[in-house]
Amino acid sequence: MSGHEPAIMPPGNYYLTGNEALAEGAIAAGCRFYAGYPITPSSEIMERMAARLDEIDGGVFMQMEDEIASICAVIGAVWAGARGMTATSGPGFSLMQEAIGYAAITETPLVIADIQRAGPGTGQATKVGGGDLMQAKWGSHGDYTPIAMCPWSVQEMYDLTIRAFNLAETWRVPVFVMGEEAVGHLKEGLTVDAPPAVINHREEKGATPFGHELPDGVPPMPAFGEGEKLLITGSTHDHRGFRKTDDPAVQAQLTGRINDKIMNHRDEIVDTEAHAVDDADIVVVACGFTARSVLYAIETLRTEGLKVGLLRLKTIWPFPDDIIRTVCGSGRKILVPEMNRGQMAGEVMKYAGGDVIPLNRTDGRIIHPHLIMETIRGIA
Amino acid sequence: MLWNVTTAEYLNSGHMACPGCGASLSMRHALKVLGEETIVVLPACCWSIIAGGFPTTALSVPLLHVPFATAAACASGVRRALLSRGREEVTVMAWAGDGGTFDIGLQALSGAAERREDFLYVCYDNEAYMNTGIQQSSATPAGAWTTTTPAGKEFAYGKKDILEILRAHRPAYLVTATIACPEDFLAKFAAARKRRGFRFIHLLSPCPPGWKIDSRDSLAVTRLAVDSGVFPLVEMDDGGRLRLTCEPAHPVPVADYLRAQGRFRTVRDEDLEPLQRRVDERLESFR
Repeated sequence: MSGHEPAIMPPGNYYLTGNEALAEGAIAAGCRFYAGYPITPSSEIMERMAARLDEIDGGVFMQMEDEIASICAVIGAVWAGARGMTATSGPGFSLMQEAIGYAAITETPLVIADIQRAGPGTGQATKVGGGDLMQAKWGSHGDYTPIAMCPWSVQEMYDLTIRAFNLAETWRVPVFVMGEEAVGHLKEGLTVDAPPAVINHREEKGATPFGHELPDGVPPMPAFGEGEKLLITGSTHDHRGFRKTDDPAVQAQLTGRINDKIMNHRDEIVDTEAHAVDDADIVVVACGFTARSVLYAIETLRTEGLKVGLLRLKTIWPFPDDIIRTVCGSGRKILVPEMNRGQMAGEVMKYAGGDVIPLNRTDGRIIHPHLIMETIRGIA
Repeated sequence: MLWNVTTAEYLNSGHMACPGCGASLSMRHALKVLGEETIVVLPACCWSIIAGGFPTTALSVPLLHVPFATAAACASGVRRALLSRGREEVTVMAWAGDGGTFDIGLQALSGAAERREDFLYVCYDNEAYMNTGIQQSSATPAGAWTTTTPAGKEFAYGKKDILEILRAHRPAYLVTATIACPEDFLAKFAAARKRRGFRFIHLLSPCPPGWKIDSRDSLAVTRLAVDSGVFPLVEMDDGGRLRLTCEPAHPVPVADYLRAQGRFRTVRDEDLEPLQRRVDERLESFR
């Protein structure tokens, strides 16, 4: 830890891969703790963090023995006052699921980058996939509500990772950056502005760390060694952290609050971007790398006179139900292209008034614009 | 020892190993000894790639690719089911890299050894996660460069002593070997095949891209590991002690082994003396 290098990349234009930009975004957001385990196609995040955290005062890089150890080291570090992240891909994300539930019930803010590859199982380790979206929502047992980002560019691998840390700290919740191999290994321009606003979790002397006066509130969070009496458990606990595994009221209150604190504030969390949807007969709902193909497709089809638009989800969890209701109303056709067997389309169907048409590709390739254009011409 | 190896091949041409890969040569000769009545259980490792894809699968024995952490667990299930079906003659061989053995697979390995499962576990140790692009593992030796130890692995850490961990489990058979010393290698696989119970073979397996050596020097450099005492060829005796099976044939200083490889280029001359002492003491303990 020489401390000679500036911690955050100075403002300017850079040419990086998505995985490198994600690591830089984490550092810009104040992440100084990384624990991880090699897995394609995410390993470059770990490699970048190994080199960068070595240069930064107070930076800690740990290579762990597996993904369970990786996320659990981050959980430990966060309670010791650090801001931490790990990164992985499908099989490693699967191994992390128990600890993700633990982080949710203990309200531990942390960021997990899942650079998705084609699954299930070992699948295609070096090929792109988008099949972890439902796992991000439902992967651990029980009821909890995580937040998940869907970057579509190298710029967003940087920007949305910063936002992921800020959301994790604001809502005391695990936040996922659901990159895909195609954006992780994509190399393109990145513009870094002035250092971003970094949000810290709320601290309050003497406050109880697991309860709040508001039923959907986020309690303040102390760290070890700050003079607070801290007891942290993955079992059902009351506002002080005491185990109350026999008390139905405490269990109901706790599971209610850790879900409501996200769902009741989803307007502040959900982020979408609309392109040419106002007069559209056909709306394409997409996220991540696929939305790049869609944007090209709708711009091309507009020149042919087809009224098509794109609704891009920059966050997928919590799901933007109200926006889907508004943009995907009856009378419109809704196309949902995705690199899985219809995980997002099913969610869109819950809220859309119009006909929802899935377009799925699960052969380890991206969905090319021509396939989207062909499909749209077929349904127009 | 007389060179008496079958001309039968169970590793066929068309495999996907890099030139100079020790893991492909090791598998080829291991299967020559174990024969076609062998089932290979393979977690994520270089060999997941080397084995190739259907219909060009390079092994002509059955192969079970399994999740990263689970070689010893899956092999346990295969062996128990075979025994229940009266197929005792079939050899079950778990074949895992150092990451899948020293790190993520250690829990399953310990469980299988403790249950005295009747199969052969082989760790082909190339001393880092080579398949994902050369990240350190707990088998990476002190001083070695990897992408996650950009300045060389810290000397305080060194290489996890997997032999001592296995020895504490009192397995039926416990040896080290390397294909760079083939007579010793073949004798040990032959002995392992005859034993019953949990058997563990630790192979040092050269990796030219990871070790930053020329592929043509792969075996010569690995022989230096044995001759310098960095990788002693040992066997656990009936009393549970590890004993040398071969003295280094042409003893050389540790520096000769390290300086033959690009991955140790950040090791300073003054670091060599304590390393040499550590190696000498360990070698002596096996005499």
